[in-house]
Amino acid sequence: MSDYNTSGFDSANMFSIDGRRIPFKPGQTILQAALEAGVYIPHLCHHPDLKPHGSCKLCTVTVNGRNGSACTARALPGLEVENDTPALNDRRRVLLQMLFVEGDHFCPGCEKSGNCQLQALAYDLEMVAPHFRHFFPKRTVDASHPDIWLDLNRCIMCELCVRASRDIDGKNVFMLAGRGANSQVVVNSPTGLLKDSALTADDAAAQICPVGAILHKRVGYSVPIGQRQFDDATIGHQVEYLARRHIPIKPVAVDAPKMPEKEGV
Amino acid sequence: MNAPHQIARKLRVATTSLSGCFGCHMSLLDIDERLLELAHLVEFDRSPITDIKHCGPCDIGLVEGGVCNAENVHVLRELRENCKVLVALGACAVNGGLPAQRNNLDINQCLSQVYRNADGVVQVPNDPELPLLLDKVYPINEIVRVDYFLPGCPPSGDTIWKFLTDLLTGRTPRIEHPLLKFD
Repeated sequence: MSDYNTSGFDSANMFSIDGRRIPFKPGQTILQAALEAGVYIPHLCHHPDLKPHGSCKLCTVTVNGRNGSACTARALPGLEVENDTPALNDRRRVLLQMLFVEGDHFCPGCEKSGNCQLQALAYDLEMVAPHFRHFFPKRTVDASHPDIWLDLNRCIMCELCVRASRDIDGKNVFMLAGRGANSQVVVNSPTGLLKDSALTADDAAAQICPVGAILHKRVGYSVPIGQRQFDDATIGHQVEYLARRHIPIKPVAVDAPKMPEKEGV
Repeated sequence: MNAPHQIARKLRVATTSLSGCFGCHMSLLDIDERLLELAHLVEFDRSPITDIKHCGPCDIGLVEGGVCNAENVHVLRELRENCKVLVALGACAVNGGLPAQRNNLDINQCLSQVYRNADGVVQVPNDPELPLLLDKVYPINEIVRVDYFLPGCPPSGDTIWKFLTDLLTGRTPRIEHPLLKFD
């Protein structure tokens, strides 16, 4: 992020994640420093181009014995962070399971399958079943826009589209409305439909959805099974791979470089 | 007197398809020549392979498909009662899968759309032998207790083989990337 001090590492600017020493620049969050160092902390609502939000809680880590979101907690010298532990991964799995049952996440019928960050996290954390009773919600599908369609049944309310539209596109197309289980993304247009909004296909808000809620029309299933983003390597492995090559980590980018299947760490 | 040499009993496996497409059974056949190896370890009870209609006491029950009608509930409960280990095989058994996409629709509206003929007359089949439809398609763990889940649409032959060999040889079955796939 642009407001961070990037004056370089200081020898004192180190903390540890699972016993591994991680350097950080002053102002960085634990998650940013970890990703830069190639340590993967599972997350859904974080994006490197946007300010931290702290809503999905997948990145919850134990910092000096207390739980906190790695995407909002500042990295400080000497912190001892636990990340890849059975207890934390169990909790992350439960969060994922709740996200899966709250929406209609039928992977075989979703165009995003294989490139979906929610699915990739479920693979990474070895979630085999949603466990809880399904909500089977009945939410709106807005297919009015010529290039984009919006299926709220798959929305996980990470607000990436809201933030991208506001902070990157400067359009404020999306907003979260309602309370509790009735919360949903609404569209800022006179009719409430996407076709009457300012959204265009090349907007950041149209690209950023980590699940299959906002999709481009006429490109579905264009990449065959086996060649999709998360087919060969887990999302955690890809983050390590990108960090080692100093490639900016944007796990949801559609044009992300293809990972080799086997790559020594 | 020496006891006669006891031959290890083969494990009994039952399989069934509820509201599924038999794709998971096809995938089971897709383990190819390893089927012979499997045949050394198990014998099949109720299954489309044996055409046995009711399940006897079994060690492992593999259930494909979600639960969409009253007959599915009966079959599923029979398997649960008779099988020591019940496995949800494939996306439909795990989370309802594609059939569960009708859960957002009104079932009466669904039937009248499907059974409307060219003249606009609706003739929904109504016979006592036809099982009653449920309001929704349910994953099997919302009806009975399930011991293991094997997601995928269908899980690949390799995934099924890894899972079954783990289970049959006494290891805790573990399916991880790249065998773990939801689609």
